[in-house]
Amino acid sequence: MKSLAELQAIRDRARANVTLRKENPNAARVLVGMATCGIAAGARPVLNAFVEEIAKRGLSEDITVTQTGCIGICQFEPVVEVEIPGQDKVTYVKVAPEMVPKIVNDHLVNRNVVTEYTIGAMTK
Amino acid sequence: MRELSLNVMDVAQNSVRAKASLVEISVEESDRDDSMVITISDNGCGMTEEQVQQVTDPFFTTRTTRKVGLGVPLFKLSAEQTGGSFDIRSRIGEGTTTTARYVKSHVDMTPLGDINSTVEIFIRCNPDIDLVFTHRTDLGELRLDTRELREVLGDVSLDTPDVLEWIRQYLEEQSQIIYGGA
Repeated sequence: MKSLAELQAIRDRARANVTLRKENPNAARVLVGMATCGIAAGARPVLNAFVEEIAKRGLSEDITVTQTGCIGICQFEPVVEVEIPGQDKVTYVKVAPEMVPKIVNDHLVNRNVVTEYTIGAMTK
Repeated sequence: MRELSLNVMDVAQNSVRAKASLVEISVEESDRDDSMVITISDNGCGMTEEQVQQVTDPFFTTRTTRKVGLGVPLFKLSAEQTGGSFDIRSRIGEGTTTTARYVKSHVDMTPLGDINSTVEIFIRCNPDIDLVFTHRTDLGELRLDTRELREVLGDVSLDTPDVLEWIRQYLEEQSQIIYGGA
């Protein structure tokens, strides 16, 4: 059973790491559109897929996964925005969980945008 | 929506936009009473009486990015299509409470789905907002109150990866108990 003592141990470990995390200049953000349109189109499994892939690669301290609202392109949901400091924001559209490992590997880790998943490629 | 837990996720975002500091999500399901009641309440900015009347209209929204607001109408529909009921109470400056009542055995009952995932994502994405999640079945009650977790965690944020993993495992364990799987 999960106990509060475990949570205390987590707190102590996190306190030891907190300075490191705050000073990370390369922290990236993954924003998943989670308004009604995004949720209905399947945004939750996409968000969970990002969380799992990032955790699997040990990158949870370097990449934040969070949600955003409707950005007005409901027909392209699930929409995911990737923000890396010093780079242009990239919008991925019609994202499915199986596309997530490639976005994490190519874009978030190796800094190569997955062009075929972007809104630019999708609207051509 | 394929799962009621997705409706909950959607409607809880209204509480975030209402600048709530505390959101309470409650799921009470009973096979004995053939019912499920989902309540989402917050201490956000609340709505005027006129807004409350408009909020179940799909062509009403306070947002500016689009002209429709489907979250509440879909939630209402999910309850009413089972022969249940739907209610919103709100007061300016005090907050809003949304209650959906379901007849569980109805043929049009949408499954609850992965409510724990909804809770986890809410905490992950809104670590500064307190959440009280209660899930009651005929077998028992699961309760998660982030205010209690904060007392232990101090200045460590709820969205710390290890904390989120602890929450995920806690919810999984407790769910097994209230569904009779442990």
